[in-house]
Amino acid sequence: MVRLITHNLLACHAKGCTSNNFPLQFKDIQVELREAEFNSDFLRGFLPRIEWAALVDASRQLGDTSLPAEQPEMLDDDFLQKLHHVLLEIHVEEGAMICPNCHHVYPISNGIPNMLLAEHEIG
Amino acid sequence: MSRPEFQAPPEIYYGDAEAKKYTNNSRIQQIQADMTYRALELLNLPPDQPALLLDIGCGSGLSGEILDEQGHVWVGVDVAPSMLEVALEREVEGDLFLQDIGQGFGFRPGSFDGAISISVIQWLLNAETSHPTSSPPHRLQRFFTTLHAALRNPSRAVFQFYPTSDDQVQLITSMAQKAGFGGGIVVDYPNSNKARKVFLCLFVGGGGGQQVPKGLEAEGADGEEHAKFEKARERLRKKMDGKRKNIKDKEWILKKKDLYRRRGKEGVPNDSKYTGRKRRAAF
Ligand SMILES: C[S@@+](CC[C@H](N)C(=O)[O-])C[C@H]1O[C@@H](n2cnc3c(N)ncnc32)[C@H](O)[C@@H]1O
Ligand SMILES: [Zn+2]
Repeated sequence: MVRLITHNLLACHAKGCTSNNFPLQFKDIQVELREAEFNSDFLRGFLPRIEWAALVDASRQLGDTSLPAEQPEMLDDDFLQKLHHVLLEIHVEEGAMICPNCHHVYPISNGIPNMLLAEHEIG
Repeated sequence: MSRPEFQAPPEIYYGDAEAKKYTNNSRIQQIQADMTYRALELLNLPPDQPALLLDIGCGSGLSGEILDEQGHVWVGVDVAPSMLEVALEREVEGDLFLQDIGQGFGFRPGSFDGAISISVIQWLLNAETSHPTSSPPHRLQRFFTTLHAALRNPSRAVFQFYPTSDDQVQLITSMAQKAGFGGGIVVDYPNSNKARKVFLCLFVGGGGGQQVPKGLEAEGADGEEHAKFEKARERLRKKMDGKRKNIKDKEWILKKKDLYRRRGKEGVPNDSKYTGRKRRAAF
């Protein structure tokens, strides 16, 4: 159940991989849509933490084009609804996430990404 | 029987059979729930704001269900696939990761409003995972350093754990301090064999202004201690009262049940006029 809210927080944690290690790139993914409860307070609190360009890019990779390229200044209900859907209702079930820097592959199976590192990759 | 962490690596110990047994044991459910409520109390989150939390060693989601109930969004990490499998079956709301916490986290700086961890970090001192790993101090250092970075400033991380000695408590606290955390150990009911619980309560930032909370003390006979411990839930409820709307209202529950049915989940209770109805005190 990787959703874009967590994908947007996740960088590669392999040994020595400290720059250009975000965002992880999706590969061969399958998604499922599942409704989640809308909470505008939560979204407003989370908004300042979002890397906007990464979110827009990731949402397009998952086939959702509802977010504007620039983060809007007005947080109207229509925008928050779209943001809610993109962050919390699109679940990546299968596929992989790949580090843009060291190319480590984090496979996703049954909605759960495997973040385990091999011995030589542990920092 | 010796403690689980002496017997096998966590992902072996918590295999399919044990993961189910653990999760379905009503006594375990109760104890883990009590400790989760107490950990949430010690986290001291602003009462009117749903938070993004990290559940470290989330297992089958016994704590996660309480985070859901409290209206928080959470991410859970655990090294035992069988435990995560049970969490999936139980349809918890959080995002789950298969991860060895001794290898550290990759979350961006300031990602989480707080972290909880219930009955987990003693594992970092004992059995290794079967994945290639290094020494316990190194694993602790990697764990605390990357956790500290992943938390917002200011915030807290609260760990309930089962140390076997004062040396272990010492090692864990000193590694946490080295990673930049403030805070310390909180012991609830220190004089009771049964009710005694150890919490490591860590602070990010706050310039030392944050005081380590006091442990709970027994007032009366030994028997009352457990009852008082359970009161954490009530205290939390009271604090939230009126500030948080009832998130699991009727419309939401019906929607969710419908979703489960469409996804072929069996045994979803039929709707009734009582579904999601607020339980009112009788006159
Ligand atoms: C007693 S269970 C507690 C589970 C859950 N927190 C609860 O309260 O029900 C301990 C959990 O810690 C996990 N664990 C142990 N060592 C770990 C590690 N190095 N990384 C991640 N999880 C670990 C185990 O897989 C297991 O699910
Ligand atoms: Zn990398």
